[in-house]
Amino acid sequence: MQKLINLPIDTVAESLQGLELAHEKILRVSHKSRFVYRADAPVHGKVAIVSGSGSGHEPLNVGYVGRGMLDAACLGDVFTSPTPMQYLAATEMVEGGAGVLYVVKNHTGGVLNMEIAMEMAAEREIMVKTVLVNDDVAVDDAANRRGLGAAIFVEKIAGAAAERGYTLNQVQAVAKRSSTQCRSMGVALTSCILPNLGRPTFDLPADEMEIGVGIHGERGRQRIPSTSADQVVELLLEPIMADLEVRAGDRMLVMVSGLGGTPQQELYIVYRHLHKLLTMRGVTIEQQLIGNYITSLEMAGCAVTLMRVDAELLELWNAPVHTPTLWW
Amino acid sequence: MLVMVHIMNSEISASCIERWLLVFAERILEKKDYLTDLDAAIGDGDHGLNMARGVERLRERLGSKLVAAGRPLNAGLAAATEPADAETNIGVLLRTVAMTLISGVGGAAGALYGSFFLNAAKEAASLLKNGADPQRNISIAEFSQVLRSGLEGLKQRGKAGLDEKTMIDAFEPAIDALQDSIEQGEDATAAFTAACQAAEKGMQKTIGMQALKGRASYLGPRSIGHQDPGATSTFYLFEAARKAFA
Repeated sequence: MQKLINLPIDTVAESLQGLELAHEKILRVSHKSRFVYRADAPVHGKVAIVSGSGSGHEPLNVGYVGRGMLDAACLGDVFTSPTPMQYLAATEMVEGGAGVLYVVKNHTGGVLNMEIAMEMAAEREIMVKTVLVNDDVAVDDAANRRGLGAAIFVEKIAGAAAERGYTLNQVQAVAKRSSTQCRSMGVALTSCILPNLGRPTFDLPADEMEIGVGIHGERGRQRIPSTSADQVVELLLEPIMADLEVRAGDRMLVMVSGLGGTPQQELYIVYRHLHKLLTMRGVTIEQQLIGNYITSLEMAGCAVTLMRVDAELLELWNAPVHTPTLWW
Repeated sequence: MLVMVHIMNSEISASCIERWLLVFAERILEKKDYLTDLDAAIGDGDHGLNMARGVERLRERLGSKLVAAGRPLNAGLAAATEPADAETNIGVLLRTVAMTLISGVGGAAGALYGSFFLNAAKEAASLLKNGADPQRNISIAEFSQVLRSGLEGLKQRGKAGLDEKTMIDAFEPAIDALQDSIEQGEDATAAFTAACQAAEKGMQKTIGMQALKGRASYLGPRSIGHQDPGATSTFYLFEAARKAFA
Protein backbone atom coordinates (compact mmCIF):
# COMPACT_ATOMS: atom_id res chain seq x y z
CA MET A 1 0.00 0.00 0.00
CA GLN A 2 1.42 3.37 -1.01
CA LYS A 3 0.70 6.61 0.79
CA LEU A 4 0.25 10.02 -0.75
CA ILE A 5 2.67 11.76 1.59
CA ASN A 6 5.99 13.59 1.43
CA LEU A 7 8.31 12.85 4.34
CA PRO A 8 6.53 10.56 6.84
CA ILE A 9 7.61 12.83 9.68
CA ASP A 10 5.78 15.79 8.07
CA THR A 11 2.44 13.99 7.68
CA VAL A 12 0.52 15.62 10.53
CA ALA A 13 1.93 19.12 10.04
CA GLU A 14 1.33 19.19 6.29
CA SER A 15 -2.19 17.85 6.63
CA LEU A 16 -2.98 20.66 9.10
CA GLN A 17 -1.54 23.22 6.69
CA GLY A 18 -3.88 21.97 3.98
CA LEU A 19 -6.87 21.97 6.32
CA GLU A 20 -6.22 25.58 7.26
CA LEU A 21 -5.90 26.67 3.63
CA ALA A 22 -9.09 24.84 2.70
CA HIS A 23 -11.23 26.24 5.50
CA GLU A 24 -9.78 29.61 6.39
CA LYS A 25 -13.23 31.13 6.89
CA ILE A 26 -14.11 28.58 9.54
CA LEU A 27 -10.96 27.80 11.46
CA ARG A 28 -7.37 28.64 12.34
CA VAL A 29 -4.47 26.37 13.23
CA SER A 30 -1.89 26.78 15.96
CA HIS A 31 0.98 25.01 14.28
CA LYS A 32 3.19 25.38 17.33
CA SER A 33 0.84 23.69 19.80
CA ARG A 34 -0.89 21.68 17.10
CA PHE A 35 -4.55 22.48 17.61
CA VAL A 36 -7.35 23.79 15.40
CA TYR A 37 -9.68 26.49 16.67
CA ARG A 38 -12.68 28.51 15.54
CA ALA A 39 -11.75 31.52 13.47
CA ASP A 40 -13.81 33.76 15.79
CA ALA A 41 -12.48 32.33 19.07
CA PRO A 42 -12.83 33.14 21.86
CA VAL A 43 -16.59 33.60 21.82
CA HIS A 44 -17.29 35.69 24.90
CA GLY A 45 -19.88 34.38 27.32
CA LYS A 46 -20.17 31.01 25.56
CA VAL A 47 -19.08 27.68 27.00
CA ALA A 48 -16.17 26.45 24.88
CA ILE A 49 -16.15 22.84 23.68
CA VAL A 50 -12.70 21.27 23.33
CA SER A 51 -11.86 17.84 22.02
CA GLY A 52 -8.80 16.08 20.71
CA SER A 53 -7.29 12.82 19.61
CA GLY A 54 -4.36 11.36 17.82
CA SER A 55 -4.31 12.05 14.09
CA GLY A 56 -5.30 9.41 11.57
CA HIS A 57 -9.03 9.63 12.42
CA GLU A 58 -9.84 12.56 10.15
CA PRO A 59 -12.25 14.21 9.83
CA LEU A 60 -12.44 13.55 13.60
CA ASN A 61 -11.87 15.94 15.38
CA VAL A 62 -10.37 18.76 13.35
CA GLY A 63 -13.18 18.60 10.79
CA TYR A 64 -15.75 19.34 13.50
CA VAL A 65 -14.32 22.69 14.54
CA GLY A 66 -16.57 25.62 13.79
CA ARG A 67 -19.74 27.42 14.82
CA GLY A 68 -22.24 25.13 16.51
CA MET A 69 -19.76 22.37 17.33
CA LEU A 70 -16.16 22.43 18.60
CA ASP A 71 -14.25 25.53 19.61
CA ALA A 72 -10.95 23.68 19.46
CA ALA A 73 -9.56 20.26 18.61
CA CYS A 74 -6.04 19.16 19.55
CA LEU A 75 -4.18 16.79 17.32
CA GLY A 76 -1.51 14.33 18.43
CA ASP A 77 0.82 12.22 16.35
CA VAL A 78 -0.80 9.36 14.48
CA PHE A 79 -2.98 7.41 16.96
CA THR A 80 -1.27 9.16 19.88
CA SER A 81 -3.30 11.41 22.12
CA PRO A 82 -2.23 15.05 22.38
CA THR A 83 -0.19 16.23 25.36
CA PRO A 84 -1.64 18.18 28.31
CA MET A 85 0.29 21.25 27.11
CA GLN A 86 -1.59 21.17 23.81
CA TYR A 87 -4.94 20.97 25.61
CA LEU A 88 -3.93 23.78 27.91
CA ALA A 89 -2.88 26.03 25.02
CA ALA A 90 -6.14 25.30 23.18
CA THR A 91 -8.17 25.89 26.34
CA GLU A 92 -6.55 29.26 26.94
CA MET A 93 -7.14 30.25 23.31
CA VAL A 94 -10.89 29.50 23.18
CA GLU A 95 -12.04 30.03 26.76
CA GLY A 96 -14.62 32.83 26.67
CA GLY A 97 -15.38 33.30 30.36
CA ALA A 98 -18.17 30.71 30.65
CA GLY A 99 -15.98 27.65 31.21
CA VAL A 100 -14.82 24.81 29.02
CA LEU A 101 -16.19 21.32 28.36
CA TYR A 102 -13.70 18.62 27.36
CA VAL A 103 -15.13 15.80 25.29
CA VAL A 104 -13.02 12.83 26.38
CA LYS A 105 -13.05 9.66 24.33
CA ASN A 106 -12.41 6.73 26.62
CA HIS A 107 -8.89 5.70 25.63
CA THR A 108 -6.20 5.46 28.29
CA GLY A 109 -3.88 8.01 26.70
CA GLY A 110 -6.65 10.49 25.97
CA VAL A 111 -8.12 10.28 29.45
CA LEU A 112 -4.75 10.62 31.23
CA ASN A 113 -3.53 13.57 29.19
CA MET A 114 -6.85 15.41 29.54
CA GLU A 115 -6.81 14.79 33.31
CA ILE A 116 -3.39 16.41 33.59
CA ALA A 117 -4.58 19.28 31.37
CA MET A 118 -7.60 19.82 33.64
CA GLU A 119 -5.36 20.00 36.69
CA MET A 120 -3.21 22.59 34.92
CA ALA A 121 -6.26 24.59 33.80
CA ALA A 122 -7.57 24.56 37.37
CA GLU A 123 -4.26 26.06 38.53
CA ARG A 124 -4.93 28.87 36.06
CA GLU A 125 -8.46 29.22 37.41
CA ILE A 126 -10.17 28.11 34.21
CA MET A 127 -13.27 26.06 34.92
CA VAL A 128 -13.16 22.80 32.97
CA LYS A 129 -15.71 19.99 33.06
CA THR A 130 -15.72 16.80 31.07
CA VAL A 131 -18.00 14.38 29.32
CA LEU A 132 -16.78 10.84 28.72
CA VAL A 133 -17.58 9.14 25.43
CA ASN A 134 -17.53 5.33 25.72
CA ASP A 135 -19.88 3.80 23.19
CA ASP A 136 -18.05 0.69 21.94
CA VAL A 137 -20.13 -2.37 22.84
CA ALA A 138 -17.35 -4.67 21.60
CA VAL A 139 -15.74 -4.16 25.01
CA ASP A 140 -17.69 -6.10 27.66
CA ASP A 141 -16.61 -4.09 30.67
CA ALA A 142 -18.70 -0.92 30.34
CA ALA A 143 -16.19 1.19 32.29
CA ASN A 144 -13.48 0.25 29.83
CA ARG A 145 -15.44 0.87 26.64
CA ARG A 146 -13.70 2.82 23.92
CA GLY A 147 -14.98 6.09 22.57
CA LEU A 148 -15.97 5.76 18.93
CA GLY A 149 -18.54 7.50 16.72
CA ALA A 150 -20.55 8.83 19.65
CA ALA A 151 -17.95 11.61 19.84
CA ILE A 152 -19.53 13.21 16.78
CA PHE A 153 -23.06 13.14 18.21
CA VAL A 154 -21.92 14.37 21.63
CA GLU A 155 -19.71 17.15 20.20
CA LYS A 156 -22.51 18.35 17.91
CA ILE A 157 -25.11 18.41 20.68
CA ALA A 158 -22.78 20.01 23.23
CA GLY A 159 -21.75 22.59 20.63
CA ALA A 160 -25.37 23.46 19.86
CA ALA A 161 -26.21 23.72 23.56
CA ALA A 162 -23.25 26.04 24.14
CA GLU A 163 -24.29 28.17 21.16
CA ARG A 164 -27.76 28.54 22.69
CA GLY A 165 -26.31 29.94 25.89
CA TYR A 166 -26.55 26.86 28.13
CA THR A 167 -24.31 27.21 31.21
CA LEU A 168 -21.31 24.91 31.67
CA ASN A 169 -23.32 22.66 34.01
CA GLN A 170 -26.19 22.50 31.54
CA VAL A 171 -23.92 21.79 28.59
CA GLN A 172 -22.22 19.04 30.57
CA ALA A 173 -25.57 17.55 31.59
CA VAL A 174 -26.95 17.40 28.05
CA ALA A 175 -23.63 16.08 26.73
CA LYS A 176 -23.61 13.32 29.34
CA ARG A 177 -27.19 12.43 28.52
CA SER A 178 -26.25 12.20 24.83
CA SER A 179 -23.27 10.03 25.60
CA THR A 180 -25.34 7.52 27.58
CA GLN A 181 -27.70 7.10 24.61
CA CYS A 182 -24.99 6.09 22.10
CA ARG A 183 -23.62 2.66 21.21
CA SER A 184 -21.22 1.62 18.44
CA MET A 185 -19.49 -1.38 16.97
CA GLY A 186 -16.99 -1.69 14.12
CA VAL A 187 -15.60 -4.23 11.70
CA ALA A 188 -12.23 -4.21 9.92
CA LEU A 189 -11.54 -5.88 6.60
CA THR A 190 -7.88 -4.79 6.54
CA SER A 191 -5.35 -3.39 8.98
CA CYS A 192 -3.88 0.08 8.52
CA ILE A 193 -0.39 1.50 8.10
CA LEU A 194 1.19 4.07 10.43
CA PRO A 195 3.11 6.56 8.25
CA ASN A 196 6.21 6.36 10.45
CA LEU A 197 6.07 2.58 10.51
CA GLY A 198 5.31 1.84 6.88
CA ARG A 199 3.73 -1.57 7.45
CA PRO A 200 0.34 -2.87 8.65
CA THR A 201 -0.19 -2.85 12.42
CA PHE A 202 -1.59 -6.38 12.32
CA ASP A 203 -1.99 -9.10 9.72
CA LEU A 204 -5.51 -9.79 8.58
CA PRO A 205 -5.77 -12.46 5.88
CA ALA A 206 -7.85 -11.51 2.82
CA ASP A 207 -10.53 -14.06 3.72
CA GLU A 208 -11.08 -12.96 7.31
CA MET A 209 -12.73 -10.06 9.10
CA GLU A 210 -12.03 -8.59 12.53
CA ILE A 211 -15.24 -7.82 14.45
CA GLY A 212 -15.27 -5.25 17.24
CA VAL A 213 -12.30 -3.13 16.24
CA GLY A 214 -11.45 0.28 17.61
CA ILE A 215 -9.96 3.12 15.62
CA HIS A 216 -6.28 2.71 16.35
CA GLY A 217 -5.39 -0.20 14.12
CA GLU A 218 -5.53 -2.43 17.17
CA ARG A 219 -7.04 -5.84 16.76
CA GLY A 220 -10.68 -6.41 17.64
CA ARG A 221 -12.64 -8.82 19.71
CA GLN A 222 -13.07 -11.74 17.39
CA ARG A 223 -11.91 -12.88 14.00
CA ILE A 224 -14.38 -14.49 11.63
CA PRO A 225 -14.27 -15.89 8.09
CA SER A 226 -15.32 -13.25 5.57
CA THR A 227 -19.04 -13.01 5.11
CA SER A 228 -21.69 -10.88 3.34
CA ALA A 229 -22.44 -7.22 4.06
CA ASP A 230 -25.92 -8.11 5.37
CA GLN A 231 -24.51 -10.64 7.81
CA VAL A 232 -21.86 -8.20 9.03
CA VAL A 233 -24.59 -5.61 9.66
CA GLU A 234 -26.42 -8.15 11.81
CA LEU A 235 -23.24 -8.95 13.76
CA LEU A 236 -22.69 -5.24 14.44
CA LEU A 237 -26.28 -4.26 15.11
CA GLU A 238 -27.39 -7.02 17.49
CA PRO A 239 -24.98 -6.19 20.34
CA ILE A 240 -25.81 -2.50 19.93
CA MET A 241 -29.57 -3.09 20.06
CA ALA A 242 -29.27 -5.39 23.08
CA ASP A 243 -27.01 -3.05 25.03
CA LEU A 244 -29.01 0.08 24.26
CA GLU A 245 -32.24 -1.83 24.99
CA VAL A 246 -33.80 -0.52 21.81
CA ARG A 247 -37.60 -0.72 21.75
CA ALA A 248 -40.26 -0.11 19.10
CA GLY A 249 -41.03 3.59 18.92
CA ASP A 250 -37.46 4.69 19.73
CA ARG A 251 -36.16 7.59 17.67
CA MET A 252 -32.58 7.27 16.52
CA LEU A 253 -29.72 9.05 14.88
CA VAL A 254 -27.75 6.53 12.84
CA MET A 255 -24.19 6.73 11.59
CA VAL A 256 -22.38 4.35 9.27
CA SER A 257 -18.81 5.59 9.22
CA GLY A 258 -16.25 4.15 6.86
CA LEU A 259 -12.91 3.49 8.54
CA GLY A 260 -10.99 5.16 5.71
CA GLY A 261 -10.59 2.45 3.09
CA THR A 262 -14.13 1.43 2.23
CA PRO A 263 -15.99 3.05 -0.68
CA GLN A 264 -19.18 5.04 -0.13
CA GLN A 265 -20.90 2.50 -2.38
CA GLU A 266 -20.36 -0.23 0.21
CA LEU A 267 -21.39 2.01 3.10
CA TYR A 268 -24.77 2.47 1.43
CA ILE A 269 -25.08 -1.32 1.12
CA VAL A 270 -24.50 -1.46 4.87
CA TYR A 271 -27.06 1.28 5.48
CA ARG A 272 -29.62 -0.47 3.28
CA HIS A 273 -29.72 -3.51 5.55
CA LEU A 274 -29.37 -1.46 8.71
CA HIS A 275 -32.40 0.60 7.67
CA LYS A 276 -34.39 -2.56 6.99
CA LEU A 277 -33.56 -4.13 10.36
CA LEU A 278 -34.25 -0.96 12.34
CA THR A 279 -37.54 -0.32 10.55
CA MET A 280 -38.63 -3.91 11.17
CA ARG A 281 -38.05 -3.30 14.89
CA GLY A 282 -40.25 -0.22 14.80
CA VAL A 283 -37.38 2.26 15.18
CA THR A 284 -37.73 5.70 13.61
CA ILE A 285 -34.53 6.95 11.97
CA GLU A 286 -34.50 10.71 12.51
CA GLN A 287 -31.30 11.37 10.62
CA GLN A 288 -28.40 9.38 9.23
CA LEU A 289 -24.76 10.06 8.42
CA ILE A 290 -23.23 7.75 5.83
CA GLY A 291 -19.59 8.42 4.98
CA ASN A 292 -16.13 8.77 6.50
CA TYR A 293 -16.74 10.54 9.82
CA ILE A 294 -14.35 8.73 12.16
CA THR A 295 -11.60 6.74 10.53
CA SER A 296 -8.51 4.68 11.17
CA LEU A 297 -6.15 5.78 8.36
CA GLU A 298 -6.79 3.51 5.35
CA MET A 299 -8.39 0.67 7.26
CA ALA A 300 -11.20 -0.96 5.26
CA GLY A 301 -14.40 -1.58 7.17
CA CYS A 302 -16.99 0.49 8.97
CA ALA A 303 -18.47 1.30 12.35
CA VAL A 304 -22.16 1.62 13.12
CA THR A 305 -23.31 4.09 15.77
CA LEU A 306 -26.84 4.53 17.07
CA MET A 307 -28.02 7.32 19.33
CA ARG A 308 -31.46 7.38 20.91
CA VAL A 309 -32.86 10.93 20.92
CA ASP A 310 -35.67 12.81 22.61
CA ALA A 311 -37.12 16.16 21.57
CA GLU A 312 -34.35 18.26 23.19
CA LEU A 313 -31.50 16.15 21.85
CA LEU A 314 -33.01 16.10 18.37
CA GLU A 315 -33.54 19.84 18.38
CA LEU A 316 -29.91 20.39 19.37
CA TRP A 317 -28.77 17.93 16.72
CA ASN A 318 -30.76 19.80 14.08
CA ALA A 319 -29.50 23.24 15.17
CA PRO A 320 -27.26 25.06 12.66
CA VAL A 321 -23.66 23.88 12.40
CA HIS A 322 -20.84 25.27 10.31
CA THR A 323 -17.75 23.07 10.22
CA PRO A 324 -15.71 21.56 7.37
CA THR A 325 -17.49 18.21 7.78
CA LEU A 326 -20.97 18.93 9.16
CA TRP A 327 -22.72 21.92 7.68
CA TRP A 328 -26.42 22.77 7.89
CA MET B 1 39.37 5.18 42.68
CA LEU B 2 38.30 3.13 45.65
CA VAL B 3 36.99 6.24 47.36
CA MET B 4 34.97 7.05 44.29
CA VAL B 5 33.37 3.62 44.26
CA HIS B 6 32.49 4.07 47.89
CA ILE B 7 30.76 7.40 47.17
CA MET B 8 28.85 5.88 44.30
CA ASN B 9 27.69 3.05 46.46
CA SER B 10 26.18 5.18 49.16
CA GLU B 11 24.89 8.31 47.48
CA ILE B 12 23.00 9.38 44.41
CA SER B 13 23.91 12.69 42.80
CA ALA B 14 22.03 14.70 40.21
CA SER B 15 24.67 13.76 37.65
CA CYS B 16 24.14 10.08 38.50
CA ILE B 17 20.46 10.53 37.73
CA GLU B 18 21.22 12.29 34.46
CA ARG B 19 23.50 9.44 33.53
CA TRP B 20 20.77 6.91 34.41
CA LEU B 21 18.32 8.61 32.07
CA LEU B 22 20.84 8.93 29.27
CA VAL B 23 21.57 5.21 29.50
CA PHE B 24 17.80 4.62 29.48
CA ALA B 25 17.43 6.84 26.41
CA GLU B 26 20.11 4.93 24.58
CA ARG B 27 18.47 1.60 25.40
CA ILE B 28 15.02 2.79 24.26
CA LEU B 29 16.45 4.00 20.96
CA GLU B 30 18.18 0.64 20.45
CA LYS B 31 14.96 -1.22 21.25
CA LYS B 32 12.54 1.10 19.47
CA ASP B 33 11.52 -1.45 16.84
CA TYR B 34 11.22 -4.25 19.37
CA LEU B 35 8.90 -2.16 21.58
CA THR B 36 6.85 -1.27 18.53
CA ASP B 37 6.53 -4.95 17.57
CA LEU B 38 5.39 -5.85 21.09
CA ASP B 39 2.82 -3.06 20.96
CA ALA B 40 1.59 -3.98 17.48
CA ALA B 41 0.71 -7.45 18.81
CA ILE B 42 -1.68 -6.20 21.51
CA GLY B 43 -1.93 -2.43 21.19
CA ASP B 44 -1.62 0.10 18.42
CA GLY B 45 2.06 -0.30 17.59
CA ASP B 46 3.37 3.07 18.65
CA HIS B 47 5.04 2.48 22.02
CA GLY B 48 8.51 2.35 20.47
CA LEU B 49 7.90 5.48 18.41
CA ASN B 50 6.45 7.41 21.35
CA MET B 51 9.14 6.40 23.82
CA ALA B 52 11.84 7.18 21.26
CA ARG B 53 10.36 10.65 20.76
CA GLY B 54 10.32 11.19 24.52
CA VAL B 55 13.87 10.06 25.18
CA GLU B 56 15.18 12.10 22.23
CA ARG B 57 13.74 15.16 23.96
CA LEU B 58 15.28 14.02 27.22
CA ARG B 59 18.65 13.70 25.55
CA GLU B 60 18.35 17.24 24.19
CA ARG B 61 17.51 18.61 27.64
CA LEU B 62 19.94 16.57 29.71
CA GLY B 63 22.67 16.33 27.10
CA SER B 64 22.86 20.05 26.61
CA LYS B 65 23.02 20.60 30.33
CA LEU B 66 25.86 18.15 30.73
CA VAL B 67 27.77 19.65 27.85
CA ALA B 68 27.13 23.16 29.13
CA ALA B 69 28.52 22.17 32.50
CA GLY B 70 31.69 20.99 30.80
CA ARG B 71 30.96 17.31 31.24
CA PRO B 72 30.65 15.63 27.88
CA LEU B 73 28.41 12.58 27.65
CA ASN B 74 31.33 10.20 27.27
CA ALA B 75 33.14 11.45 30.38
CA GLY B 76 32.14 8.19 32.02
CA LEU B 77 31.72 7.23 35.63
CA ALA B 78 34.12 9.78 37.05
CA ALA B 79 31.99 12.61 35.74
CA ALA B 80 28.89 11.00 37.20
CA THR B 81 30.27 11.33 40.72
CA GLU B 82 30.97 15.03 40.46
CA PRO B 83 28.51 17.31 42.21
CA ALA B 84 25.76 18.70 40.00
CA ASP B 85 25.99 22.23 38.70
CA ALA B 86 24.43 24.94 40.82
CA GLU B 87 21.05 25.12 39.06
CA THR B 88 20.38 21.39 39.24
CA ASN B 89 19.25 19.90 42.44
CA ILE B 90 17.75 16.44 42.25
CA GLY B 91 14.17 17.67 42.64
CA VAL B 92 14.50 20.22 39.86
CA LEU B 93 16.16 17.68 37.61
CA LEU B 94 13.41 15.09 38.11
CA ARG B 95 10.79 17.75 37.49
CA THR B 96 12.50 18.70 34.23
CA VAL B 97 12.43 15.05 33.22
CA ALA B 98 8.72 14.82 34.08
CA MET B 99 7.74 17.92 32.13
CA THR B 100 9.85 16.86 29.15
CA LEU B 101 8.03 13.52 29.00
CA ILE B 102 4.57 14.99 29.64
CA SER B 103 4.99 17.63 26.95
CA GLY B 104 7.00 15.59 24.47
CA VAL B 105 5.43 12.16 24.23
CA GLY B 106 1.63 12.18 24.20
CA GLY B 107 -0.33 8.95 24.50
CA ALA B 108 -0.59 6.96 27.70
CA ALA B 109 3.17 6.48 28.02
CA GLY B 110 3.89 10.22 28.22
CA ALA B 111 1.28 10.79 30.91
CA LEU B 112 2.30 7.72 32.94
CA TYR B 113 6.09 8.08 32.86
CA GLY B 114 5.56 11.81 33.32
CA SER B 115 3.43 11.24 36.42
CA PHE B 116 6.06 8.86 37.81
CA PHE B 117 8.82 11.45 37.51
CA LEU B 118 6.58 14.29 38.66
CA ASN B 119 5.73 12.54 41.93
CA ALA B 120 9.33 11.45 42.35
CA ALA B 121 10.35 15.10 41.89
CA LYS B 122 7.89 16.25 44.56
CA GLU B 123 9.27 13.71 47.03
CA ALA B 124 12.85 14.69 46.25
CA ALA B 125 12.01 18.38 46.63
CA SER B 126 10.45 17.80 50.04
CA LEU B 127 13.45 15.72 51.16
CA LEU B 128 15.86 18.46 50.11
CA LYS B 129 13.79 21.40 51.29
CA ASN B 130 14.45 20.93 54.97
CA GLY B 131 18.17 20.32 54.80
CA ALA B 132 20.95 22.87 54.89
CA ASP B 133 22.07 22.07 51.37
CA PRO B 134 19.38 21.65 48.72
CA GLN B 135 22.06 20.68 46.20
CA ARG B 136 23.17 17.73 48.28
CA ASN B 137 23.33 14.15 47.09
CA ILE B 138 20.77 11.75 48.51
CA SER B 139 21.31 8.34 50.07
CA ILE B 140 20.15 5.28 48.17
CA ALA B 141 17.52 4.79 50.89
CA GLU B 142 16.20 8.27 50.12
CA PHE B 143 16.37 7.54 46.42
CA SER B 144 14.32 4.40 46.93
CA GLN B 145 11.75 6.53 48.78
CA VAL B 146 11.73 8.96 45.84
CA LEU B 147 11.06 6.11 43.41
CA ARG B 148 8.34 4.74 45.69
CA SER B 149 6.53 8.10 45.56
CA GLY B 150 6.89 8.08 41.80
CA LEU B 151 5.24 4.67 41.70
CA GLU B 152 2.37 5.89 43.87
CA GLY B 153 1.83 8.78 41.45
CA LEU B 154 1.91 6.41 38.51
CA LYS B 155 -0.62 4.05 40.08
CA GLN B 156 -2.91 6.90 40.98
CA ARG B 157 -2.79 8.36 37.48
CA GLY B 158 -3.25 5.04 35.73
CA LYS B 159 -5.73 3.67 38.30
CA ALA B 160 -3.97 0.36 37.88
CA GLY B 161 -2.44 -2.19 40.22
CA LEU B 162 -0.41 -5.36 39.95
CA ASP B 163 -1.35 -8.19 37.57
CA GLU B 164 -3.23 -6.01 35.10
CA LYS B 165 -0.49 -6.37 32.46
CA THR B 166 0.92 -2.86 32.64
CA MET B 167 4.21 -1.17 33.42
CA ILE B 168 3.32 -1.47 37.12
CA ASP B 169 4.07 -5.20 36.88
CA ALA B 170 7.72 -4.28 36.33
CA PHE B 171 7.81 -1.09 38.42
CA GLU B 172 6.39 -2.36 41.68
CA PRO B 173 8.49 -5.52 42.15
CA ALA B 174 11.60 -3.57 41.16
CA ILE B 175 11.02 -0.88 43.77
CA ASP B 176 10.05 -3.50 46.39
CA ALA B 177 13.30 -5.36 45.69
CA LEU B 178 15.34 -2.17 45.85
CA GLN B 179 13.85 -1.22 49.19
CA ASP B 180 14.23 -4.73 50.66
CA SER B 181 17.84 -4.90 49.63
CA ILE B 182 18.63 -1.48 51.11
CA GLU B 183 16.82 -2.32 54.34
CA GLN B 184 18.92 -5.46 54.63
CA GLY B 185 22.00 -3.25 54.49
CA GLU B 186 23.13 -4.30 51.03
CA ASP B 187 25.11 -1.88 48.92
CA ALA B 188 23.99 -0.09 45.75
CA THR B 189 25.39 -2.77 43.48
CA ALA B 190 23.35 -5.48 45.16
CA ALA B 191 20.26 -3.27 45.50
CA PHE B 192 20.08 -2.10 41.89
CA THR B 193 20.94 -5.57 40.61
CA ALA B 194 18.04 -6.97 42.64
CA ALA B 195 15.74 -4.22 41.33
CA CYS B 196 16.72 -4.92 37.74
CA GLN B 197 16.17 -8.66 38.15
CA ALA B 198 12.77 -8.09 39.75
CA ALA B 199 11.75 -5.76 36.91
CA GLU B 200 12.78 -8.37 34.38
CA LYS B 201 10.86 -11.09 36.18
CA GLY B 202 7.81 -8.85 36.41
CA MET B 203 8.06 -8.04 32.72
CA GLN B 204 8.21 -11.74 31.85
CA LYS B 205 5.22 -12.45 34.07
CA THR B 206 3.07 -10.13 31.95
CA ILE B 207 3.23 -12.69 29.13
CA GLY B 208 0.80 -14.94 30.96
CA MET B 209 -1.53 -12.16 32.04
CA GLN B 210 -4.74 -10.95 30.46
CA ALA B 211 -4.62 -7.18 30.01
CA LEU B 212 -7.13 -5.32 32.18
CA LYS B 213 -5.98 -1.78 31.39
CA GLY B 214 -5.10 0.12 28.25
CA ARG B 215 -5.62 -0.77 24.63
CA ALA B 216 -4.51 -4.36 25.08
CA SER B 217 -7.51 -4.94 27.36
CA TYR B 218 -9.82 -4.66 24.33
CA LEU B 219 -8.41 -7.96 23.10
CA GLY B 220 -9.73 -9.79 26.14
CA PRO B 221 -8.15 -13.23 26.54
CA ARG B 222 -6.36 -12.75 23.21
CA SER B 223 -3.90 -10.47 25.03
CA ILE B 224 -2.53 -13.52 26.91
CA GLY B 225 0.76 -14.83 25.52
CA HIS B 226 2.22 -11.43 24.67
CA GLN B 227 4.72 -9.45 26.72
CA ASP B 228 3.49 -6.02 27.76
CA PRO B 229 5.39 -3.24 25.95
CA GLY B 230 5.02 -0.80 28.87
CA ALA B 231 6.47 -3.32 31.35
CA THR B 232 9.29 -3.86 28.87
CA SER B 233 10.26 -0.20 28.66
CA THR B 234 10.08 -0.08 32.46
CA PHE B 235 12.51 -3.01 32.63
CA TYR B 236 14.92 -0.93 30.51
CA LEU B 237 14.57 1.88 33.06
CA PHE B 238 15.78 -0.41 35.84
CA GLU B 239 18.41 -2.00 33.64
CA ALA B 240 19.73 1.52 33.05
CA ALA B 241 19.59 2.16 36.82
CA ARG B 242 21.75 -0.89 37.44
CA LYS B 243 24.28 0.39 34.93
CA ALA B 244 24.25 3.93 36.29
CA PHE B 245 24.09 3.33 40.03
CA ALA B 246 25.48 -0.14 40.74
